[in-house]
Amino acid sequence: MMTNNPGVLNRFTGALNRRQVNIDSISISPVVDPAVSRVTMAVYLADKAASTQLLRQLEKQVDVFEVKDITDVPHIERELVLIKISALPEKRAELLAMIQPFRAAIVDVSSVDVVVQITGTRSKVAALLRVVKPYGILKLVRTGVAGFPRAESTSD
Amino acid sequence: MLEKETQSNVQQQTGATVLLTALKKQNVNLLFGYPGGAVLPLYDALYQMKFQNILVRHEQGAVHAAEGYAKVTGKPGVVFVTSGPGATNAMTGLANAMSDSTPIVVFTGQVGVGAIGTDAFQEADVLSMTAPVTKNNYQVRRVADLPRIVAEAFRVATTGRKGPVVVDLPKSVTQEQVTELTDDQVHLTSYQAKRPLDQAAMDEMLLALRQASKPVILAGGGIGAAQASTELRKFSKDFQLPVVASLLGLGDMPTDEPLFLGMGGMHGTYTANMALTECDFLLCIGARFDDRLATAPKQFAPNAKIAHIDIDPAELGKVIAADYPIVADAKVALEYCLAQPMKPAHDQTWLQLLQQRKAAHPYSYQESSTELKPQRVIELVGRLTKGDATVVTDVGQHQMWTAQFYPFSRPQQLITSGGLGTMGFGLPAAIGAAFATPDKTVVLFVGDGGLQMTSEELDVLAAYDLNVKVILLNNGTLGMVRQWQDLFYEKRRSQTVFDHQPDFMKLAAAYGLRHLKVTSPVTVAAELERAFSSPHAMLIEADIPALEQVFPMIAPGKSNDQMIGVK
Repeated sequence: MMTNNPGVLNRFTGALNRRQVNIDSISISPVVDPAVSRVTMAVYLADKAASTQLLRQLEKQVDVFEVKDITDVPHIERELVLIKISALPEKRAELLAMIQPFRAAIVDVSSVDVVVQITGTRSKVAALLRVVKPYGILKLVRTGVAGFPRAESTSD
Repeated sequence: MLEKETQSNVQQQTGATVLLTALKKQNVNLLFGYPGGAVLPLYDALYQMKFQNILVRHEQGAVHAAEGYAKVTGKPGVVFVTSGPGATNAMTGLANAMSDSTPIVVFTGQVGVGAIGTDAFQEADVLSMTAPVTKNNYQVRRVADLPRIVAEAFRVATTGRKGPVVVDLPKSVTQEQVTELTDDQVHLTSYQAKRPLDQAAMDEMLLALRQASKPVILAGGGIGAAQASTELRKFSKDFQLPVVASLLGLGDMPTDEPLFLGMGGMHGTYTANMALTECDFLLCIGARFDDRLATAPKQFAPNAKIAHIDIDPAELGKVIAADYPIVADAKVALEYCLAQPMKPAHDQTWLQLLQQRKAAHPYSYQESSTELKPQRVIELVGRLTKGDATVVTDVGQHQMWTAQFYPFSRPQQLITSGGLGTMGFGLPAAIGAAFATPDKTVVLFVGDGGLQMTSEELDVLAAYDLNVKVILLNNGTLGMVRQWQDLFYEKRRSQTVFDHQPDFMKLAAAYGLRHLKVTSPVTVAAELERAFSSPHAMLIEADIPALEQVFPMIAPGKSNDQMIGVK
């Protein structure tokens, strides 16, 4: 959670960059109070100590309220993914059957391809990508994961 | 008629006058700065409101001067620079202040709001560039935000772990007419400068400390920043705890105090480094285990339980894992310690051992009857100033010799570039220190390399005839780098020996500065005494041997007990 001010995200990501931490995914948006933004970020770190150190470096920034490592905390996470898949009309019934268990939907079609939309956790998305890969993925866009701990009681 | 008058009064208020009014409210009465196109409205308001601005000769000098001022007074130093190159020239000073947690507020000019992002003349993305070297930075986009942002900038710079704050001021904001004044209520909802002391953690730590037989305190710059030197001295004395200081912790303890073991680290005392190595309990207060102190973190204090008290939670566990990590202001923590019942429990053998070592292995150097040794010059100046001068250094060998041979007696007495190691820091910082303490002699020890990096500020020194004695220890080389080349690069002195130098005496004369050259160890004492009897600015050049080394030394990456050059 951080204030929704100019330059704040720049400082935030700069602190990661300076410590050689690569951001795997990041999503940010204002919460109920438009003056506050929530960031969900996926990064890979060597160990718990590295995580603790990173949290403190981020938290000491003036515009940051708090930072939590929710890796091992029960949490809700979602990501929205759009996948353009090569699929001639005769293949589409099979493809539809394949993606149905993922509750994915076809949101756009052309004569040679379809666009599939999926919402879910990173592991669910990864599973779907494995399934559709053989058809040929032409284009892929991911929003990055967003989420918070399940136990959280705030009304954001 | 009346209405007309009121209106004209209102018209005099611009963003610039709003800013200066806000600065007055922060008790700012001195600025270090340099004008330019984007700060024309600011300097116009300054002219009209008769604000004192020290006109430096380069923006880097303005920031270092503000740092010197801040270190001496404990008040934030304030800087005005223009946009683009003015702001980029301030970067080194910002990085330096960030490294050494010095409270300064730097106002940078910026092109008008409408021109931002158009690659306008003297435009630079100051907000992005200064983000990693500031504690926080702001760009004022509406004049209505100005009073609040100024108040917040000062709050952030001077609380918690102190540091530099930049306020970027678009010209359109400073020249905008203001009809209604907005409030300056600080709105820092996410900023937490103070945390309640974890008393349970303190009790646990003190319990372990009581059981230690070889305890030692490591005191850093955080003691001075928290004005906790009195508490540290009392804690050390009451409980017979020996103290090692980091470079920025020098002066926290008086040099002549038996319990003070000296500076630790790369060029520290034998006793201090052995105490760090052999202790069974290390209480670190306001230091951050910099690599010049904890030269080999994996082998640092190998037998010790480590307690680390720091105001910045991010320092805990960053370099050295602490058994007792405690987030606290040094003064708050020490006051708590003093309030607890505690007796000096550890036996006397540890203290006796340390005293024996102190006596057997003081800092030393080869005295000479023909050459003027830098250590001798510093010792003489220490005696002449009774260990009470405000001492400023640049960076390099002379800095370490000063740390070793000047008898510091009070906290924040040594003003030096610790973390960043900024050559060129010394002269402008000494100027800032002199403005802060007009009643005290300021001594600047500087090398011939560092002086040439900011020598333009000699003009400011001369213009104000500040009571600064600039002691130029001239060895004609970039001594510290040359020392490393001699020790670790088989004496290949690549680019570290000047084959040409200015005549520093003529340079001083050109600026209209009093000047003196000392070359002889026989006459130096009398010459220095004469020089110090005058309250004027003076450049004193001491010709010192080119190949003098700083010892003891711990080679980089070696542990604290592996010192070379110990007497």
